[in-house]
Amino acid sequence: MNALVIENLRKVYRNGVEALKGIDLTVKEGDFCALLGPNGAGKTTVIGILTSLVTKSAGRIRAFGYDLDREIEAVKACIGVVPQEVNLNMFEKNQNVLINQAGYYGVPRRVARVRAEKYLRALHLWDRRDDVTRNLSGGMKRRLMIARALVHEPKLLILDEPTAGVDIEIRRLMWNLLRKINAEGTTIILTTHYLEEAESLCRNIAIIDEGKIIENDLMVNVVRKLQREVFVLSLENTIDQAPALDGYKVRLRNNHEIEVEVEKGQGLNNVFRALSDQSLNVASMRTKTNRLEELFIRLVKSKSGGEST
Amino acid sequence: MIVNPLSEGFSPEKEHRFNSLLKVNLIGFYTIIYKEIRRLLRIWVQTMVPPVITMTLYFVIFGSLIGQRIGQMEGVPYTTFIAPGLIMMSVITNSFGNVVSSFFSGKMQQHLEEMLISPLCFTTIVTGYVFGGVVRGLLVAVLVTGVAMFFTELRLEHPLVTISVVVLTAMVFSLAGLLNAIFAKNFDEISMIPTFVLAPLTYLGGVFFSLSLLSPMWQKVAMINPILYMVNAFRYGMLGSSDIPIGLAYTIILCALITFYAAALFLLRRGTGIRS
Repeated sequence: MNALVIENLRKVYRNGVEALKGIDLTVKEGDFCALLGPNGAGKTTVIGILTSLVTKSAGRIRAFGYDLDREIEAVKACIGVVPQEVNLNMFEKNQNVLINQAGYYGVPRRVARVRAEKYLRALHLWDRRDDVTRNLSGGMKRRLMIARALVHEPKLLILDEPTAGVDIEIRRLMWNLLRKINAEGTTIILTTHYLEEAESLCRNIAIIDEGKIIENDLMVNVVRKLQREVFVLSLENTIDQAPALDGYKVRLRNNHEIEVEVEKGQGLNNVFRALSDQSLNVASMRTKTNRLEELFIRLVKSKSGGEST
Repeated sequence: MIVNPLSEGFSPEKEHRFNSLLKVNLIGFYTIIYKEIRRLLRIWVQTMVPPVITMTLYFVIFGSLIGQRIGQMEGVPYTTFIAPGLIMMSVITNSFGNVVSSFFSGKMQQHLEEMLISPLCFTTIVTGYVFGGVVRGLLVAVLVTGVAMFFTELRLEHPLVTISVVVLTAMVFSLAGLLNAIFAKNFDEISMIPTFVLAPLTYLGGVFFSLSLLSPMWQKVAMINPILYMVNAFRYGMLGSSDIPIGLAYTIILCALITFYAAALFLLRRGTGIRS
């Protein structure tokens, strides 16, 4: 079954801005889908329409078989949302935020209390349950919003840049939780600017730019489309100029690091062999930019007529 | 909106959906009123204390000091005459203030979205907020009545009229507060209505004077003020005297109630002030 089917979704705001120019997107039940795009591409508008905070201009949306136009309550009941902006009641206690939210979805209070504890513990906020939300740090507020979105145990969880401004440790905690709830059957749609996050978590990817979907495929297929990658190699030796490597473009970064551009299908074995022949030992290696980031920039730039890097 | 399965032809699936939506809305309604009541009790210094202090001052100045010189009005001591009007004034201000501040702060802090994205229907949301406003209006009414009893002897000639009028008036002004909050885009716009509309209408609504004191022309002008009917109907319930027919008062209050409720639902469904 499809968790979400979006057909020809359009949105023109009152000021005339055409935010969505006919989006088609299908997300299968149990999927973990990344919705990527530059700022202003239309990601948040899509989410706004799904949650009925934005009125669509045209198009059709179905969630788990329910039509948004005819069965809006059923659609809403299936969805949990973590918005981009912090939208917590600053005077409310953290635990009550979750209990109230569960109540709006018809979860009885005694059940809501148990669930609030479960999700506050899962997001390491149980100790702050009686604190009011305004006393939380930025990262804690983001975690509380995730807990709030989960408390009615939705079938589809939508996260709009949930890890923005969150430190690495907490980001990992969130990733693990998202992987766990996805494994338990919850469909997840994630928008993020951290492409490493999208690549690490998501099975499918949709890239939206200027109100249109410009790429929609399995993550592995999308990454495979990358024609070229740049690796940074740290050398144990000190060098003054970039070593010559047949068939590869090499650039000296500093006395211990070189950048090697590898075309698709070239592989790295020849690089190591050639370096070894020149008595240069590789201490470590990393990609210059995240692979998805590289592809994302290329897709978005080529679409807007910019220079491909 | 909840769809009655019986009106669309019976099917087990529709019945199940109806029951499930009914359950969601009942629990949601309880959650909203629980949240609203807890909010007004949490900030009792802002919600309960000011009307008590203001009304005490009114009773001291207009009732005990100036009232002694005025003597009787409509056959009762002046302090007794103004008591129902002052209670009603507190109910109007507080039921309006409760909903306008709660709904508007939800809009500003965006946590209103918690409700808007949920499967709750707008009828439940509107009724929940109105219930919160009515509770605050009635709590303040009880407190102000307590204050009034220190200064004068109050009667309860028609208990049913008294209770129904105070509850209906609280509902009307809770809805008025909701409408104000729906339209308001900044904090100035939520203080404009109480200052430029509510206060003049209340003060000119027969709280401090009998309609008979006015010239025939001003009496006719005063009759277009809906608060006049509410104050007089409430005074009739307590003291047994009124400047206007009670039936007309109920008609006007009920018309205002239905109009405001329908307007609030229409605006929210259309997305005014809450959707882009």
